[in-house]
Parts: sequence; C-alpha cells; structure tokens
Amino acid sequence: MNHDVIIIGGGPAGLSAARHLLASGVRDVVVIERNPECGGLPRFCLHRGWGALDFGRLWRGPRYARALVEAAAGATFLTNCAVTALEPDGVVRVNTPGGPRTLRARAVLLATGIREMPRSARLIGGTRPWGVMNTGAFQEMVRFQTLPFRAPVIIGSELVAFSALETARHAGLRPVALLEENSSLSVPAIVGAAARLRYQVPVRTGCRLVEICGQDRVEAIIVEDNGARRRLRCDSIVLSGRFVPETALVDGRTILRDLDGTRGPVIDNFYRCTDPRIFAAGNVLRGVEHSGYVAHEGRSAAAAILRALRDDLPPSRPAIAVEGRNLRYVYPQRIVPSDGKTMLFGRSARGAGGDLVARDASGRELARRSVGRFAWPRLTLEIPTPDVETCDALILEREHSGQ
Amino acid sequence: MTPLFDLAVIGSGVVGCAVFRESVLAGLDTLMIERAPDLLAGASKANSAILHTGFDSKPGSLEQRLIRAGHREYLAIHERLGLPLLKTGATLVAWNDQDLAQLDGIDAAARQNGVSLHRLDAEGVRRREPSLAPTACGGLVVDEESLIDPWSAPLAYAQQAVVNGGVFLRNSPVASGTYEDGAWTLRLEDRGEGEKTVRARVVVNCAGLQGDIVEAIARSSPFTIKPRKGQFIVYDKSAYGLISSVILPVPSPVTKGIVATRTVFGNLLVGPTAEPQDDRDVAALGRPQLESLKAAGERLLPSLARHDITATYAGLRPATEFSDYQIEALPDRGWITVGGIRSTGLSSALGIARHVRGLYEESFGRCRPLADPLWPRVPNLTEEFPRPGFQPDRDDIICHCESVTRAEIRAALSDSPLPAGCIGGLRRRTRCMMGRCQGFYCTRRVVELAAPYLPELATLGPGGAA
Repeated sequence: MNHDVIIIGGGPAGLSAARHLLASGVRDVVVIERNPECGGLPRFCLHRGWGALDFGRLWRGPRYARALVEAAAGATFLTNCAVTALEPDGVVRVNTPGGPRTLRARAVLLATGIREMPRSARLIGGTRPWGVMNTGAFQEMVRFQTLPFRAPVIIGSELVAFSALETARHAGLRPVALLEENSSLSVPAIVGAAARLRYQVPVRTGCRLVEICGQDRVEAIIVEDNGARRRLRCDSIVLSGRFVPETALVDGRTILRDLDGTRGPVIDNFYRCTDPRIFAAGNVLRGVEHSGYVAHEGRSAAAAILRALRDDLPPSRPAIAVEGRNLRYVYPQRIVPSDGKTMLFGRSARGAGGDLVARDASGRELARRSVGRFAWPRLTLEIPTPDVETCDALILEREHSGQ
Repeated sequence: MTPLFDLAVIGSGVVGCAVFRESVLAGLDTLMIERAPDLLAGASKANSAILHTGFDSKPGSLEQRLIRAGHREYLAIHERLGLPLLKTGATLVAWNDQDLAQLDGIDAAARQNGVSLHRLDAEGVRRREPSLAPTACGGLVVDEESLIDPWSAPLAYAQQAVVNGGVFLRNSPVASGTYEDGAWTLRLEDRGEGEKTVRARVVVNCAGLQGDIVEAIARSSPFTIKPRKGQFIVYDKSAYGLISSVILPVPSPVTKGIVATRTVFGNLLVGPTAEPQDDRDVAALGRPQLESLKAAGERLLPSLARHDITATYAGLRPATEFSDYQIEALPDRGWITVGGIRSTGLSSALGIARHVRGLYEESFGRCRPLADPLWPRVPNLTEEFPRPGFQPDRDDIICHCESVTRAEIRAALSDSPLPAGCIGGLRRRTRCMMGRCQGFYCTRRVVELAAPYLPELATLGPGGAA
C-alpha cells in the first residue's frame, strides 16, 4: 500500500506537519505513534504556556496536545505502533499490535523528538538506587499521580528544570534544591530569581552532583558546592535537560546521523535526510527547542514535502557540506542548490557577543551578522544559497569579539 | 515442628541457584535462603556476561576444572531452559612487543587446559576486527568463548528447582545457626514477624560476598572475603557492530584487564575496572574511574567515542586471599563451603553445582535423582530469538527501547514460579527500563503495573502519605 506521507511520531512537530499537509490538500497522511495516544511530551506538562505560537492560546500541556491531535483530524492515526526500520524508497517497517507490517509512502517525515540524557551518560558516581529519573518520567508520574517520591533534587537549569519545579509545585512537593554545575544558570538570571521566589526552592550555581547515596532508594546526594563537598538529603533526583535526539531509526544505513554535531539526522536545506524520500523535523534534529518552534519546523518540513510530492524539489545531490566552527553544531549539514536564500542554524555555548560569519571554502564571506551579548544560544544566519559549481564547502563560524 | 530439609543453600547468586537446581534434581529436599527481596542481589547481578572456556585459568586449578565443567553443562542444558548462547569467540589482542612475547605462553597454557587457540598476525587481527585501533599487532583466537544472559541463566536454574519442589525463602538473612543431632537449625533475622528458624541436615554456604561471615556459623572461616569492585559501561545498540568477538587484553599478573564485548541484548560492553575495597555491600560508581574506563574503551575502539552510553554499573567480586576457589565439605559438621568464587562464577556455576553434589554424596549419603524433572523455559530477552513484542496480537509495548510488553511485565511480577521481588529484579527479568532511554519514556507505566507487587514503588500522595 503506497501512502502519500507517513509521519513517524505524533508530537508537536509531526502533528503540525500533518495539519499543514491536510490543509494543503494531501489526503493520505498516516501518523505512526508508538504510545497509546498522540500529543507527545506536552501531554504530561501540567503548567500553562502551550500553544502561543501555533494556536494563539496559553494552554496547559494536555490541552495543547489535544488541540494538536484535533487539528490533524483527517490523518490516519496508527497508535501503539512502533517503527522498527526505515528503508530506501519510502519503506517503513512497523511493529503493529497485529504483528509486523511494511508500509510505504512517497514521503516519510521523521519526527521522533528527544529525551533527556540519562544518569549513565552523565557518568554520575555513587549507587544506583530507585529514584533517579529524568524530568520526562517525573512529570509523567505526577500527571498520573503515581509518583513514589516527595523530596526531589532537580539537576540542571535549562528551561525544563523550571518546568520540573512547576510540576513539583502542582503535585504539592517541595524540591530540596535546584542545582546547576556551571557558574551561571542556562536561562537568564531573572528566571532563577523568579523561581526562588515562586517556589521557595534554593537555586544553586557552581554546584555539581558528584555521588548518589542510598541502597534501595535514594537517601542523599553528595555535591561539590563551589569547591566544598557536602551532603544533601533527598529521596529522588530529577536529571533535567541535556536533551538528545531520539535517533533509534537513524542507523547510518538508510540515512546518516550527524555524530559530531547535532547528533540528529543529517538534513539539507529542505529538511531532507540523506535518503531523498525521508524528511525530518522537530527536536529529532537537535537538542531542544520549545514546542512552538518545533511546530513551526513541522510546517516548514510539510511545505518541503508538498514540493516533493509535486516533484518540485531540487535534486538531493550534489550538495555542499556545511561545517561549524566555534559552534556546538550547525544544520542543515548539507545545502542543495536552489533559488533564494538559505537559513543556517547553529548553537554555541553562552558567551559574550561577537559575529556569526558564513564563508565558502576559499574564505569568501557570504554573510555576517553580529550576535547580541545576551543572545539566546540559538543562532541563525540567512545566506544567499551558494552554487554547488563554485562552492564545495561552507563554514559557519562564531567569531568572538577580540579574536 | 519446623520441617527438616535435606539441604539448605545460603545465598541465591548464580552459584547458589545452580547448587539449588542440582540438589533438587538429585532428589534432595532443598531450601534456598536469600537475605534480599530477590535473587542475584550481590556479586552475580553485575558481571561481563561471558561464558568462559577457562583457557586462561591456572592449569590444574579447581577453578579451571569447574569452568570447563560448567561451560560444558551450560551447552548441554541451555536450549531446554530457553537460555541463549551467542558463540562469538574471543580475540586476545597484543598491543605491543611485550604483549606479543606472551602469546606463546598463553597458547601453551590454554592447550594444557584443553582449549586450542589459533594465532593471528597484525593483518589477521585487522581483518577479524577492523574497528580495533590500528596499533593492534597480533593476537589469539579463542573459538568457544560465548555470550549468555547473566540474569536469565541463574533465574532458569532457580526456577527449575522451584517447579520441581525446591523452596525459595527471600528477605531472610541468616543470623546464626546451631548443629545438633545431625541437623542444622538456622535462625533468620527478625524482620518484625517474629523469629523464624529453618532446619536442614546439610547447609551449603554459597553466600558470596558474605561468605566468610556465613562460614563463621560453622567454623572460624579459613578465608576472608576481599571485595574487588568492577565498573562497566554499556554502549548504545548502535555500537554493537563495532566488534564481532570478545576483545580480551593480554592479562597482567594483577588483573585480566579491560574487555570489550557484545551483549546478548544487542549492546556493547566495556569493563571491568578492578578496585579492591572493604565494603562488601555497596558497589558505588565513580566518575574518575568511569572516565578512565571510557578512555580505555576508546583506545581499543576509537569510534566508540561517537556512540552514546546507555548504562553504567558496578559490581563486587568475592575475591579472597587465595587465588583458587575455596570448596570443601565438612562431613562432621553437616556443612559444605563454596567460597571465593571471584569473577568466573557465571561460567563455572553449573560445574560447581556438580562438584558440590559429588561432595554431598561422598560425605552425606546417596541421592535419588528425579526420574522425570520439569524443564521450565525462561522468557527470551535476546534479539536472537523471537520476542513477544514482535508477535501477532501482542500486548501493548510498555518499554519501547527494549520492546517489552505489558504481558511480559505482568508475568514477571505475578505469573511466574519466581516473581520479581524488587524493581531491579523486574528489570533483569524483562529488560524494561534497561534500554537507551533508561526509563525516560516508560517509568510511569512500569510503576503503575508494578506498584501493587513491589511495596517500594507505593505511591506517595500529597504530603507524602502512602
């Protein structure tokens, strides 16, 4: 059975893409979701603030998730179905409740989202008791009132850490502390100050989790607090942030993964992976952006897919490789020739201003702009799309002031 | 009157479980006693999951003989119990001239141990394991080294014992014991339910890390447990294909060194460290050691640096002041000591069990083997064989990383001869929460299913009331 579009992942990116495709007249859109219901991670976030950019509302997460699903009405939803492999020619292997099935589509959109880095990959020391979890699991347990803890410590200070604080407040829990190992918070300092006031929770910077204590359950943690070791009693640990794309399907065979940068799939300037039938959008592209941004990416990828369905996209090869300098990552990782401009996205560690510069391999400058001193770590630069005849490689560099 | 068992096994690590099985199959009325809520609570829960050939053991040692016997026995019974065997073989790699100079000696010792190896030059190593660092300059191939499931194996042994009449007592630390009129009375620690005692004609001490403490019930212990910690890193399934065989280093006099191996679950494992410590209960991870282990893994396999880490764990091995196993029967005390089973217990357990049965028959009387024992199979957790999550009309998948269904989790919690006694036991029986997300996506649903069975997961309402 050949579908028009198969979307893998029923979260904000995938559902927004479905919404846009259906509104544009594509009839046969299949959304594959491995959970019993669609909606993605917002399903478990009870605080307000969802839907501002895509629905003009400030909903709680579950309401926003419902609105996303409703807006994609007309799609075929395959829930409880897990994709096990992506293959060339739009072939998608699915593990359905009725057994394994093979589907096929003219275009496939990978929108599998992200998760937070587990304790293991952070190389945290100490014992391995019950009670160490990511924010995702924490919020889901609060949502379903199955949380077996009451005194968590929250590690990290990306936005999601403050989302965890809000969740804790909702559940009537008072977290023991919020700890950030860097000398400043990952969010603007004002957020930290507001959090102290609103939640009455100590927010510490320069404070690193060294060791987890407790045999069966978490009993305490040892932290290195600005050089001094101390013990902090708690019954659970919420490891927040440090998002990693969910790339089980990006296995390097059908499509390539950007292992040294985003750790998501390699895409071109049309959200297209290294197999021309497969597209990707949303947080699977890189560690985290908020849902409104991700929904916008879903729409942009849908626009590219519409062109692909009309055979109106430039060929996927040859492409110009894009490389980042002084950046944690840059995407798209390849640029194919096209009319108009191309947007480059990068991310750097927080820091003082400077310039963002795009050059070709010969050093010729294509675009430059200054980066504000308090710029969000997300960096963008619009460039005139280079010609593959005259440009083999493109370098996006963050130049710090004084360099 | 408390019933009198023929045999009481203290400890339910892999050795205890194997002895339990052997004893029940030998027709003895057997009890296995465990202080923790589930089996495999000590040394046996953390190892490298390799079924060794014993090629590098000391020729003539008891350890060497029992590894060989255990390996053989596993090959003979694994299919009937539903246990996997992944015959990857091993490649012992020389990284410099010093290593190269030792290969002949290792080869000769292996031949003495009844294992034949074959030699590889640098090119041969590269062809066999192309992802290894290019400094690999030679090696030896050990064909029979294999991978197994380190948790399902002991579970299968204990389960076979239970369905054939054995009794498993959990949450029961043995506090003391007295031997009178040819029978032991063991007093179990009071856990608020009043003092309990159990009685058996013969006690087998398989207490692992507590071995010398338990031994002191019968006599002044001739050995002292000197725990040695090993830390491991499990890499994402994306790294599975980097090697095809177990990568062994040339051992130094002090340690066998760091091994890289696939696992039967489809991951890649690097470890262990070897760190002596006094504490015999707590195996704590340490960031500096994990960092150097990670670096060591990347020296072997440079591309490992680009793969995600899925899990880290640490285990304790019950080493003693002796290099060999400490196994003997005390005929006049109704006691069999099985101590100092340091890092090879998974491979030797079935051999140890046979040996213990022999000691029992020599000292305490003949056995009446069961004529037609039951052979219950354990659920398959490996990707080698079909798993329930991929069958038509499967139940909902709860853990997506490892494709674990609700039915599998339910079965492990209630519908099993040996249900899980703690969340770790549930993870080891089903693989839920063991995959790349480490519970990010499935913790809530697992907790919902498990909370009625595992009191530690009881929900705390607002304000903390259970």
